[in-house]
Amino acid sequence: MTEYLLLILGTALVNNVVLVKFLGLCPFMGVSGKLDTALGMGMATTFVLTLAAAASWAIEELILAPLGIGFLRILSFILVIAAVVQFTEMLVKKTSPVLYQLLGIFLPLITTNCAVLGVALLNVQEGNGFVQSLLYGMGSALGFSLVMVIFAGLRERLEYADVPDAFAGTPIAFVVAGLLSMAFMGFAGLPAH
Amino acid sequence: MFAAIISLALLGFALGYLLGVAAIHLRVKEPEIIQELEALLPGTNCGQCGFPGCPAGARALAEGTAPVTLCPPGGKPLAAALAAKLGVEADLSELDDGPAPVAQVIEALCIGCTRCFKVCPTDAIVGAPKQIHGVVSDACTGCKKCLGICPTMGIKLTRLQPNLATWQWPKPADANSQPESQQAVRDDDVEAARDMMEVAR
Repeated sequence: MTEYLLLILGTALVNNVVLVKFLGLCPFMGVSGKLDTALGMGMATTFVLTLAAAASWAIEELILAPLGIGFLRILSFILVIAAVVQFTEMLVKKTSPVLYQLLGIFLPLITTNCAVLGVALLNVQEGNGFVQSLLYGMGSALGFSLVMVIFAGLRERLEYADVPDAFAGTPIAFVVAGLLSMAFMGFAGLPAH
Repeated sequence: MFAAIISLALLGFALGYLLGVAAIHLRVKEPEIIQELEALLPGTNCGQCGFPGCPAGARALAEGTAPVTLCPPGGKPLAAALAAKLGVEADLSELDDGPAPVAQVIEALCIGCTRCFKVCPTDAIVGAPKQIHGVVSDACTGCKKCLGICPTMGIKLTRLQPNLATWQWPKPADANSQPESQQAVRDDDVEAARDMMEVAR
C-alpha cells in the first residue's frame, strides 16, 4: 500500500510530468488562461492518461511482447491513445456540453499531448506491472492537473498584476512557468519511488 | 512481418468497432428548432445577448430562458421572426424603431492600423495598412466588436437614415401568411418612407 502511495506521490510531485520531465507543454501554456478550462483540461487528460496507460500496458503484454514486434510500439500506442481520446471526446460532449465548448480544439489535441505517449513508453521502459502502470498514469495525470490548476491560478492573477510592457502576456507566463518548474525541482529532495 | 500486419490491422478494426458502438450510445441529439433558430440569428457571435455566441443564444431561446428580444444587432425584424418561429407573443414596442445602428469610421481619427477589420466577424470593414478604413454598412450588424479595439476611438455607431439612393419599397407581404408582428414592422416601414418623402420635398 505504501509502495503504491509513494508511486503516485513520486509521479505527481517528484517526477512531475510537466515541470520536471517537460512533457505536455502545449496544453500547459495553451489552456491555462482560465481556471475552469484548466481544471476541465486536467480532468479530461487525467481520464485519457489513466486509460491510455492501462490500455498500452495491455497492448504491450498481450500483443507486442508475445509476437516480438516491439518496433511497432509507438505506432500502436498512438493508435490506442487516439481511440481513447475520441471516446473521451464523445463522453464529454454527452455529459458536459459546456466543457466541450470550453476545451474546443484542445480536446482532440490530447492525442498529441506527448505526456500521454511519454507515460505509456516510460511504463514499458521501467517494466511496470498492470497496477503499477495504472497508478503511474494516474499519478502523472494528477500531477499534470495540479500543475495546470496552479499555473492557471497564477495566470489569472497575472492579468491584474502590473507587468512591464515588454513582459506582458506570454513572456511573463513563460517566466512564471520557469520559476514554478524550479520550485518543483525542490521535490527532488523527497525520496523518489 | 505477417504477425505485425495482422495484429495491427486487427487492433485497428477492434478499436474502430468499439468507437463506432460508443458513438451510437453516446450520440447527442440536437433538437431541430435550435438549428433553425441559430440560422435566424446573425451568426457573428458578438455576445451582446449575454450568451457565449449565437449557438448558445439559440439554445437559450429554445429552452425559453431568453426573450425573443435578446439580439440587439438583429433588432425588431429578428425579434418578430423569432417570435413567429417560436409561436410566442412578444412585446416589440420597447424595441427602438428605425434603421439598425451600424459602425462608421471617423475619418479624421482613423490612423489605418487595421485592427478593426481584423476583429469584424462579418468582414464589413475594408481598408489597408495606413489607409483610412471604411465600413460597408450593408454587411455591418452593429455588433460593437470594433468599437473597443480602435486605439484612437475612431469608430462610432450611427443610424444611417435611408436616403433616396438606398430606400426601397417594403416587400409585398401576403397579409394572411405574415404574423401580426411582422405586419406592424411593414407599416412602420411605410410610415418611415412617407416621412422621408416629405423631407425630400
